[in-house]
Amino acid sequence: MTQPVSNCPNCGGKIVFQWSSSVQTVCQYCKSILVRTDVDLKKVGQVADLPPDSSPIQLNTEGIYRNKAFVVGGRILYEYDLGGWNEWHITMNDGTSAWLSDAQNEFAVSFASNTSGLPAAGQVQVGQQYSWNNQNYTVSVITPAHYRGVEGELPFQYWDKTDVTFADLRGQTGKFATLDYSDEQPALYLGEFVEFDDLKLKNLRSFEGW
Amino acid sequence: MSAGTPPLSNPPKPQAKALNCPHCGAAITLRALGHAETVVCESCNSILDAKDPNLQILQTFQVITGEDRPLIPLGTRGKLRGTDYEVIGFQRRSITVEGIRYSWHEYVLFNPYKAIRYLTEYNGHWNDISVCRELPIVQFAAASYLGEVYKHFQSSDATTNFVLGEFPWQVRVGEHAAVTEYVKPPRVLSAEKTDNEVTWSLGEYTYGSDIWKSFNLPGSAPEAVGVYENQPSPVSENVKGIWSTFLAFAILLLVFMAAFDLISNKGTVFESSYRLNTGEPKGEASFVTDVFNLEGRTSNVEVTTSANVSNSWIYLNYALINQDSGQAWDFGREVSYYYGSDSDGSWTEGSTKDSVVIPSVPAGHYYLRIEPEVDAAHAPISYSVEVKRDVPVLGFFGIAFLALLIPAIAITWRSISFERARWSESDHPPIQIGNTE
Repeated sequence: MTQPVSNCPNCGGKIVFQWSSSVQTVCQYCKSILVRTDVDLKKVGQVADLPPDSSPIQLNTEGIYRNKAFVVGGRILYEYDLGGWNEWHITMNDGTSAWLSDAQNEFAVSFASNTSGLPAAGQVQVGQQYSWNNQNYTVSVITPAHYRGVEGELPFQYWDKTDVTFADLRGQTGKFATLDYSDEQPALYLGEFVEFDDLKLKNLRSFEGW
Repeated sequence: MSAGTPPLSNPPKPQAKALNCPHCGAAITLRALGHAETVVCESCNSILDAKDPNLQILQTFQVITGEDRPLIPLGTRGKLRGTDYEVIGFQRRSITVEGIRYSWHEYVLFNPYKAIRYLTEYNGHWNDISVCRELPIVQFAAASYLGEVYKHFQSSDATTNFVLGEFPWQVRVGEHAAVTEYVKPPRVLSAEKTDNEVTWSLGEYTYGSDIWKSFNLPGSAPEAVGVYENQPSPVSENVKGIWSTFLAFAILLLVFMAAFDLISNKGTVFESSYRLNTGEPKGEASFVTDVFNLEGRTSNVEVTTSANVSNSWIYLNYALINQDSGQAWDFGREVSYYYGSDSDGSWTEGSTKDSVVIPSVPAGHYYLRIEPEVDAAHAPISYSVEVKRDVPVLGFFGIAFLALLIPAIAITWRSISFERARWSESDHPPIQIGNTE
């Protein structure tokens, strides 16, 4: 895996890309949000301090999903009525990009799907059924959430958000789907719930006393 | 942090965040880091917003002093399913059925790496509970989850009466939830419906003694009272086993019976008929039969007496005598048969036939000495005596059969009683037999 090195255009700190396909990263020193252009890094924004967070996952946490090793490169933090959750961006050892979500220590792994013809935000209602990749999914809840911040490397530009909407769909045997309405074009993620112990996570955050 | 200068040393972080109650000033301990939504002040019973740095007061409630101390104190750590958990919250909830309030306790368990778990306790019955990831499918009076079918047990309206410590949701005293429970012992599947969401959870029955061991609690767990909705029956698992054992042994017995029947001679070795005339003096009628031969291994001898008694009796003093050794087996048999009718209809008593089996008679030459006794005013009685060698004794098999059947029935009965006790507390009580409570 290539690890291009550059410097932060804001503070001059060293920026190392763990994953060659990263589009965006956050300078770990000055918290500038940096976007890769053809020639250099451009500062597009600034991350305010992230709220105190309880996720046991952190940047560079490593794990195994379906016999493939992965490493955590970045995250998007969201908040909604009942708390916050993290979408950790992970890269598998074969270069695949995926998401490890952590909502109050309930973990799930999902992959972006390039399915077209997704329902528009106004069309989705609880109870509706959709079928993707030969799996049936039922809309269980539509969650209005707030974008709260980003950290590390991401596979796309994601920083100028406020309110976003997600539709959660349940399939069978732990399968789920998420319709992400944070951009003009809806995005679909298909995944499944996973056991913390099954992920064999290493380099976890440590909690005093535990 | 600035570039290139790593911090010299990290100051020790406090294990739990120390704060003060904005209502009474008492110290508030936050154990669940960012997981707590609300925290309750133990001193003044204010429910505080755990996400707010100023711990904004959300609700205060009144409690009766000395009530509702958690059996597992907040902050206690224990190991459940291989994971360490700390008790961070405690609440009492209740339902009211037919004017009677039933209360139970719930404990919130925290581990920074794992999802929140819960323990519930009612009358010494414990459940280890986790939130379901998949939605169970409800059909009629059942719910299926992960391939198991759970039977509907009870639907009720649960009210939160008392809270203590931290909760990963917005807890309030007086809050209602519609609770529907489905059971498949030792598990219980519950749906809790509030205004805006339905949460499904799965509980597994846990013995108080195991909780005491897990959390290293002093003393012993309170005795469990009655039968709980998802308590595993101490006998139901044995019921199938005992009946298959019974079946296996019954077949074995039948095989043995057939084998004994085959190897038995059942041969009649002596048969003769006699007549006792009216007025014949008793006591002088003693006589001996012809000699007959008993062959083969040491085995039993069956002596059958048939008499044409009719509302009368005959008593026979027998002696089976070995001609060679003089060894004798004395026994007395009565043949009597009575019949008639009274206000209850016709009746009969006794039989015109009697059989007795004498065990362990060696081979040899034998004869019978017979001494009949009858009523002085008897009518003439004809009787016959038949001697059979080596008859199969099936009574033993009957006893063995009963010895197997009785425990099977007893265990089945206990299992049925246990299930009746379980379901009598549900929305689907079993039909009462005999009384109407």
